[in-house]
Amino acid sequence: MGTRRVSLRVNGVPQEAEVEPRTLLVYFLREGLGLTGTKVGCDTSSCGSCTVLMDGESVKSCTLLAVQADGREVTTIEGVAEGGELHPLQRAFQENHGLQCGFCTPGMVMAALGYLQKNPTPSEESVRLALEGNLCRCTGYTNIVRSILAAAPAMNGHAAAEAGVPGG
Amino acid sequence: MIPAEFNYEVADSVDHALSLLAGYGPEAKLLAGGHSLIPMMKLRFARPSALVDIGRIAALSYVEQDDGHIRIGAGTRHHDVHHSPLIEAGCPLLSFTAGLIGDPQVRHKGTIGGSVAHGDPASDLPTVLLALDAEFVLTGSGGATRVVPASDFFKGFFETAIGPEEILTEIRVPKLGASSGWSYLKFSRRAQDWAIVGVAAIVERSNGGIGSARVALTNMGATPLRASSVEQALAGAERDAIPAAAAMAPEGTSPTSDTNAGANYRRHLADVLVGRAVEEALGGP
Ligand SMILES: Cc1cc2nc3c(=O)[nH]c(=O)nc-3n(C[C@H](O)[C@H](O)[C@H](O)COP(=O)(O)OP(=O)(O)OC[C@H]3O[C@@H](n4cnc5c(N)ncnc54)[C@H](O)[C@@H]3O)c2cc1C
Ligand code: FES
Ligand code: FES
Repeated sequence: MGTRRVSLRVNGVPQEAEVEPRTLLVYFLREGLGLTGTKVGCDTSSCGSCTVLMDGESVKSCTLLAVQADGREVTTIEGVAEGGELHPLQRAFQENHGLQCGFCTPGMVMAALGYLQKNPTPSEESVRLALEGNLCRCTGYTNIVRSILAAAPAMNGHAAAEAGVPGG
Repeated sequence: MIPAEFNYEVADSVDHALSLLAGYGPEAKLLAGGHSLIPMMKLRFARPSALVDIGRIAALSYVEQDDGHIRIGAGTRHHDVHHSPLIEAGCPLLSFTAGLIGDPQVRHKGTIGGSVAHGDPASDLPTVLLALDAEFVLTGSGGATRVVPASDFFKGFFETAIGPEEILTEIRVPKLGASSGWSYLKFSRRAQDWAIVGVAAIVERSNGGIGSARVALTNMGATPLRASSVEQALAGAERDAIPAAAAMAPEGTSPTSDTNAGANYRRHLADVLVGRAVEEALGGP
């Protein structure tokens, strides 16, 4: 049984660790690396509060082994803001009251980020479908969807600014 | 919840995976996307002694076509089946259904091969592949392959024709022609849920009526089932024969009762959904 060496990048930072093969990615992130922004809600693959990006795609980190992330690029909620500045998506959640207790929020933001990066001009319906794997017990989703729709144009400007496109 | 301890090996080819499986013996299991197996291991319903990870074998993930078939590598993820232009063109029933599985996160990890090999009668793709008369390619030691038609593949609850030292490597699906209409209806109460009952229907249209029909059922017994009485009643029939044919859908089924639905309600759903699915596949007025 023993342990296995994994090396991966988490929020851009290279990490190496010895893990038991049965270690779930979410516990490796939370307990191994102290990145407690990623939440464990249901622990049964349903609620999406443990959502992180792996190579840019949303996944439920309670349903992945840390060894499956070996060699991959993982992004958690801690890696979304840049230089102390909230990401446009985070700002949109704040401005549109996209959260109440906040427990589902890291997972919502990561699911939405993975989605918006591939679908920069979403419709309301497509945003709702993109959130199928994320449950919220507080908001009734309306303001979450509103936040994500508000973030899309702001993110496009953000990406354009990063790429040095004038007026983007 | 944490799985019980196990050994973990990464296979870099199908051959390598087979030799690892042989080395660890019958208590070892293949790991593809892990989205059926890991939840079961967390609940300790499954306690494999070793996991052989085939999720990194790039050669198992592909979509190709020849004259009459689409060929899909077993390691192709639901997300990629859903978005494949080749599958969309040759077999839209399959790409459509892959998009109904779970949620985006599940589709980013789960694979078509894992879904078929798992043998869960509540799964969507096995039903659709049964209706499509798909074939499954199994690879054993030394690279020997055998091809099993879907009709002989699903043996029982979580039981398939895959031998202990075999790997499902490819799914072959006959393309649908221009005269084929199709439908998959999945009845569930909430977003993200599994099917309480599901129905796949493929209709060969002929002069505005039904030439022939293929109908398969999700979650109406220990395996996905073909609704043969319905198919017989629809062969060469007109549209107005659909309700009477659909009423035969429960024949030969053995649905369970659980917290979502009783067996009688499932039989009722099979009748209603078969009627709707055949109508939708036939299309028109
Ligand atoms: C929250 C959630 C919701 C879901 N909703 C649905 C749904 O609505 N509809 C649906 O159909 N499914 C659903 N699923 C299941 C999902 O489709 C799984 O991905 C799929 O059933 C298994 O694929 P996998 O690649 O994850 O397989 P794994 O979990 O890795 O493996 C499953 C089994 O198959 C074996 N296996 C895997 N690959 C092979 C192979 N190539 N050859 C031989 N044996 C193999 C493994 O040893 C294991 O026993 C859901 C899963 C989750 C977690
Ligand atoms: S904690 Fe992972 S899906 Fe709920
Ligand atoms: S804000 Fe409380 S669960 Fe979503």
